[in-house]
Amino acid sequence: MLSTLFKSKKTKRKSGDFMKTVYADNAATTALCPEALDAMVDCLKNNYGNASSLHHMGQEAAAAVLQARRDIADAIGAEVSEIYFTSGGTEADNWAITNAAKLGEKKGKKHIISTTFEHHAVLHTLMKLEKEGFEVTYLDVHEDGYVRLDEFKKALRDDTCLVTIMYANNEIGTVQPISEIGAICKEKGVYFHTDAVQAVGHLPINVKEQNIDMLSFSSHKFHGPKGIGALYCRKGIPLMTFMQGGAQERNKRPGTTNTPAIVATAAALKKSCEDMDKNIAYVSSLRDKLIDTILEVIPRSRVNGGRSPRLPGNVSFCFEGIEGESLLLHLDLKGICGSSGSACTSGSLDPSHVLLALGLPHEIAHGSLRLSLCEYNTEEEIDYIIEELPKIVSMLRDMSPVWERIMKGEEYYAV
Amino acid sequence: MLYSEKVMDHFQNPRNLGKMDDADGVGEVGNAKCGDIMKMYLKIKDGKIEDVKFNTFGCASAIATSSIATEMIKGQKIEDALKLSNKAVVEALDGLPPAKIHCSVLAEQAVKAALKDYYQKNGLELDPAVFGSDCGSNCESCEGCGHEG
Repeated sequence: MLSTLFKSKKTKRKSGDFMKTVYADNAATTALCPEALDAMVDCLKNNYGNASSLHHMGQEAAAAVLQARRDIADAIGAEVSEIYFTSGGTEADNWAITNAAKLGEKKGKKHIISTTFEHHAVLHTLMKLEKEGFEVTYLDVHEDGYVRLDEFKKALRDDTCLVTIMYANNEIGTVQPISEIGAICKEKGVYFHTDAVQAVGHLPINVKEQNIDMLSFSSHKFHGPKGIGALYCRKGIPLMTFMQGGAQERNKRPGTTNTPAIVATAAALKKSCEDMDKNIAYVSSLRDKLIDTILEVIPRSRVNGGRSPRLPGNVSFCFEGIEGESLLLHLDLKGICGSSGSACTSGSLDPSHVLLALGLPHEIAHGSLRLSLCEYNTEEEIDYIIEELPKIVSMLRDMSPVWERIMKGEEYYAV
Repeated sequence: MLYSEKVMDHFQNPRNLGKMDDADGVGEVGNAKCGDIMKMYLKIKDGKIEDVKFNTFGCASAIATSSIATEMIKGQKIEDALKLSNKAVVEALDGLPPAKIHCSVLAEQAVKAALKDYYQKNGLELDPAVFGSDCGSNCESCEGCGHEG
């Protein structure tokens, strides 16, 4: 019954007719899966006790949370006592990085290694630590969006207390050599944290095998609810509380246990992991069809980030001569939801730091478009995007003085 | 909604869109690095703007401000077109988000740049008070655009 809600979405337009919605912004957030919704609603209706209460209603809630914690730990190869629920990926990132930095500081180690294209939850936490006297080495991700292991090894120092490198990039989808980085960190005795918000539920992860000490994830990126995520923190790493309050999460993270969101997260992750092989094959095929066709059909277009290894659902383009926000809004008028790293969509005058980290000039980065797919997308939807996108790009280019210059063979940006 | 209905209307149905081969004045402002460029073409007869066309590279508000600016100056006397302010453009569009005000400044500058070109081509005297670079706007949102405000 609830499951039917998600099959197809149509939006009523002002004119009164209905427009098909093609949701291709799954890196921003995903639709809740029926399993998660059912678990959540059941919990809200029937298991509403406070998981910290001693009476039977509380204990029923606590049992549901424990089961969810087990399922989540199993999904990433962790132990049940290593999972700490948070409000989402941002909180988990802030917590893990700040904690590891403080641990390092106690030993006189104040050097951190990260990359130039991390999420702001990581970058801004690192900037705060820099103000507090920490030194951060930001690894170059090169034109293709991958860190280089030799450069990483060279960056390691005796006073390095933490390595924090994202599992997969949210804008360009490039998957980093996490297992290799984990092995090196283990050998050197440096804590390794990864922001795996885009990867959990999409790629096979095993924190033990990959030597990951800390990992952050967010539920709404794999069809779970918003406002819930978790930090995996390896047993043996002292974890300090981030906020003051009650004794929840084994005294580490206060606040009434978010039981409905936690059980929904477990349900969504379980489903994602069960279907993972199938989803990777299917979503990658949609991604590759979209990328290959658009690159062929639209001149002066490029794909951002290397093609492999890449998140199954990530498609990121730059189209020369046009600006991303206009493109995005025209796509939206056709019912297609995407995102852009152009300045106009970022709310600042600079295009996204991720695209600039690849060395793209501002002029080209302004024309970026990210379409992020999931297993709910259909081949028909991809065909619809392939039909509409080139028309919009062409229309915007026709009115663009920049495109006019490109066509005349004039330089329009400084390399 | 980020934009007013007026902005969305001009974005979706830009007025006077196109180029002009025999323009009497052409002005181009902005730069690709900042993500917006406006190019305006004017046909001038008897001191009046007989026809106007524009091309824009930029976001929805850049397209909408240039579109409405062309509407506002078409058929106007040169003196009146020179009085077009970015504020009037914003008002005509029922407002713009704060971060997009610089687009209206560009629209005003595009009109002035095209008229300046017309003056120069015809050896007419330029009044610095009118063509001066002071747009009277808060240029914080235009930082880095190369605009001297």
